Amino acid sequence: MKPPPFDYHRPATLGEALDVLAEAGPGGKVLAGGQSLIPLLNMRLAAPARVVDVNRVPGLDGIEAGPSGVRVGALARHAAVERSPGAAAAQPLLRQALRLVAHPVIRNRGTVVGSLVHADPAAEMPAVLALLGGAVRLASLDGEREVPAAEFFTGPMESAARPGELAVSAFFPALPARSGTAFHEVARRHGDYAVAGVAAAVTLDDDLRISAARVACVSVGPVPVVADVTAVCGPRPAASVAWDAVAAAVRDLVEPEGDIHATADYRRHLTGVLAVRALRDAASAAHGEES
Amino acid sequence: MTTRLFGEPVQRREDPRLITGRGRYLDDLGAGALAAAFVRSPHAHARILDVDVSDALDVDGLVAIYTWEDLPGALAEPLPLLIPHPALTHGRTAYPLAREIVRHVGEPVVMVVARDRYLAEDACALIRVGYEVLKPVVGLEEAAGGAHLVHDDVPGNIGAHLVQEVPGPGGETAREAVDAAPHRLEFRLDVERSACTPLEGKGVYARWDADDASLRVYSSTQTSTSVRMAIAAKLGLPLPKVEVVAPDVGGGFGVKIVHPWPEEILVPWAARLLNRELKWTEDRREHFVSSSHERGQVQHVRVGFDDDGRLLGLEVEILHDHGAYTPYGIIVPIITSTQLLGPYKVGAYRVEFSSVYTNTVQVTPYRGAGRPQGVFCMERTMDKIAAYLGRDRTEVRAANFVQPDEFPYDQGLTFQDGRPLIYDSGDYPEALRMLKELIGWDSFPEEKARAAAEGRRIGIGVGCYVEGTGVGPYEGGHVQITSDGRVHVSTGLTSQGQGHETVFAQIAATELGVPIERVSVVTGDTRRFGYAVGTFASRAAVMSGNAIALACRKVREKALRIAAEALEADPRDLEITDGMVHVAGAPSASIPLATVAVLSNPLRYAFDEEAKRATQFAGPASDDRPPVAEGEEPGLEGRDYYSPVRSTFAAGMHAAIVETDPDTAEIRILRYAVVHDCGRLINPMIVEGQIHGGVAQGVGGALYEKMVYDEHGQLLNASFMDFLMPYATEIPRIETAHLETPSPLNPLGIKGAGEAGVIPVSAVLAAAIEDAEGIPIDRMPISPSDLHTLRRSR
Repeated sequence: MKPPPFDYHRPATLGEALDVLAEAGPGGKVLAGGQSLIPLLNMRLAAPARVVDVNRVPGLDGIEAGPSGVRVGALARHAAVERSPGAAAAQPLLRQALRLVAHPVIRNRGTVVGSLVHADPAAEMPAVLALLGGAVRLASLDGEREVPAAEFFTGPMESAARPGELAVSAFFPALPARSGTAFHEVARRHGDYAVAGVAAAVTLDDDLRISAARVACVSVGPVPVVADVTAVCGPRPAASVAWDAVAAAVRDLVEPEGDIHATADYRRHLTGVLAVRALRDAASAAHGEES
Repeated sequence: MTTRLFGEPVQRREDPRLITGRGRYLDDLGAGALAAAFVRSPHAHARILDVDVSDALDVDGLVAIYTWEDLPGALAEPLPLLIPHPALTHGRTAYPLAREIVRHVGEPVVMVVARDRYLAEDACALIRVGYEVLKPVVGLEEAAGGAHLVHDDVPGNIGAHLVQEVPGPGGETAREAVDAAPHRLEFRLDVERSACTPLEGKGVYARWDADDASLRVYSSTQTSTSVRMAIAAKLGLPLPKVEVVAPDVGGGFGVKIVHPWPEEILVPWAARLLNRELKWTEDRREHFVSSSHERGQVQHVRVGFDDDGRLLGLEVEILHDHGAYTPYGIIVPIITSTQLLGPYKVGAYRVEFSSVYTNTVQVTPYRGAGRPQGVFCMERTMDKIAAYLGRDRTEVRAANFVQPDEFPYDQGLTFQDGRPLIYDSGDYPEALRMLKELIGWDSFPEEKARAAAEGRRIGIGVGCYVEGTGVGPYEGGHVQITSDGRVHVSTGLTSQGQGHETVFAQIAATELGVPIERVSVVTGDTRRFGYAVGTFASRAAVMSGNAIALACRKVREKALRIAAEALEADPRDLEITDGMVHVAGAPSASIPLATVAVLSNPLRYAFDEEAKRATQFAGPASDDRPPVAEGEEPGLEGRDYYSPVRSTFAAGMHAAIVETDPDTAEIRILRYAVVHDCGRLINPMIVEGQIHGGVAQGVGGALYEKMVYDEHGQLLNASFMDFLMPYATEIPRIETAHLETPSPLNPLGIKGAGEAGVIPVSAVLAAAIEDAEGIPIDRMPISPSDLHTLRRSR
């Protein structure tokens, strides 16, 4: 469990980082928090020719929260975002989700943007970005481009980031007024990747009826599975929603696979249960915001 | 000040070192040593066609590459079959490096030595081994079918077959007893594989001293003395020229009692050959695929009983998965077969096991060592009888208990030490009474009804076990008091974090009447103590504890003899308190043990103030006796051994309350209670720690851990990401109560405690989940997904 040989680069500026990445092409790999890359290297599942450590690049650790949402820089650690009051106020789902990401020591080192680029369909943060319709900003020597979540996650462990590109930040939009969010998951052990998990966002209208309801499901497809369930939930108050029908609707939308931890049938069942729990919590959070 | 420390919750003396990063584990040693790495088989069953090392030769820093063809003499032979047994008619062990055939994924094929581990792994990656893939044998029942063979010369894949039978009180066979019983049940049980998974894997570091023609080996082992003998034999070295030291060891749980591991002889061999320090530190992936696993069994049960649930006859057939090799013999299924009986009288009993080869990692004892499977079998049987009769589960158990006045109780079987299975002492009815009180057994039905009214499902389960501990043949202890008053205790068996430095010091301090601060303890270092067996089978406290006590008594006797002369008193009037020998009731007539130590060793040369007192012109020594009297030896030291006639039997009972989520099928342990009897307690805090750790491993085995092999014999979860060892967050608070029925077999009255916690956990949690769900739970472990599937098929 020692990595194969690679060249190690530690650029001091963004320009330098992009130069090295451009030169490295497909053989380049970015090291930020290292919580996924280092195990992959040690198990010799990845053998990049060059590892580009961006930890010394200034200006990448920002967390900018505003009325429109939260922009998270490439070097912002999970823990920093989790603890940021501004981020929590602008988009509460960030903190709700981050508490489910692995363990505190991993969150102290791992980065939100790194988790997005790693694009594990069992991970929480890709689901959050997908649910909120956020975007990832990619920089290269050719300039910057903003890739929306719907196009960013292209497959298990595959993202739209191209060789030579560095994900410099991600943007998590805020929700309209009278909105609430929640994240529910079942993991085998505390902090493990979820067997199934659902992030939900609910918006209420002036009469406190559900006017928008969306879920993003993890571990049930090659990428986070986003579903708009407004039609089954609304427009009616949460108390009179036919939640069994919602669960059934969500179950119909996912195509889970079985693995050593859970059967496909259990994952599908669980996704329905967790969708209802997350939607109900999101609806009451939206109520709470109103009162 | 009292020096009586036996029985006190003395804080663990090793912890400040271990928890502040000052432990010295194997990989902390030998910073400049060369590193070894291994090319291991990617196939479960294959013939090796050729090994092409040409690309690896370009790796800068490569030192050597070895295959089986390079091994000389005894090294080229199969590894030892450590525990032969007449029933093990087809015992098979691996070669240190595979010869022609590989029989499980992970079997070592090529050894690489390089300047460091990175380079060694680079070279491994460039070595191309050609294989002809053979049909893998995976799955117990498939293997027992015998359609394909793991070893060509082992028909039906059956390595061992053993029947033990005890007739009923009227001489009836188990079959007759079951057939004639008023009630009968028949069922099948399954227990999955798990493994020890100590946080520190194995490791070996060897230094050859060419000038002295001697070898020093450090190994993360549970038996340094036996590793030493194995190395001397395999390398053809005189025993006095080999030293083996177990440094701090980060857990063993059984896997490190197996020896010699291939690496344990290959690394010293190559270190001598190359005349270079050499080290191999096992990584986690290697540990999963090339050490040992345990637990996997299928059991078929037939039981006959009367209206009160009293057993009249019990027939158990066990298929035991032994993996690819049998280096540790058939100890695991023997323990399952015998310890299955627990605290019960079963009437007529017949147990039959077949030990089956599969193309998977070998099976050797893991904490509990076959007992968790046996207890699962017996306790599921008890619950099924209770359910069938509609009786309380604890009543059925109590109806079958061996009673306190029936000890010693002979179960009529042969135990793992080859001795009769005779329980020495115990009080099972009292233990059950204590447990029911601790968990609130009698009021649980109301609790359950209240929960049900809130839409919650909770259930309670109970499980009992008896554990034969402290198996022989022997252990020894050496105690020396030096002229500075310090007490140096050594014993040959090894430590893996149990707290031996504390409990052995407690025993010595108590026996000798010295402050514990003056006592130091060394374990597992053949330079200090050469005769030992090892640490396994809950035996360290019983075996070395008693040996050290006996050695202390020898030293004490000698100290009193010398002090009596100096004080002109009768030794029978002397006591030792706080390191001073004094006349009982007259503390002023005293002499420090340090001075006694000086006087014990007549000197010609003084090297300090104390030593002057022992020189030839110092004192009123008698002119007509030799300075060292006949029958005496210089020095204040003693050595003694403890060798028991048979094992001593600890016991315990656990109960748990679980909650199952009606929607997600998640399983949560709300309460976990343990009543434990290991005879006299040396240190209750350490015993509780052992119980906590054992229960944690039991929870792992019950709810989380399994070895998932696919049909090709690939282990799909060979990492801590997918092999789900529970975290602290998954372990409930554990409530404990102690019962002490001293063992009449040893001087200290103690019984082993090391494995106890793990033994009944699967049985207890299966019972509690069954109670919550109303679905029979006959297969462990159980995951939420499994429970969901069971609910679906209800």
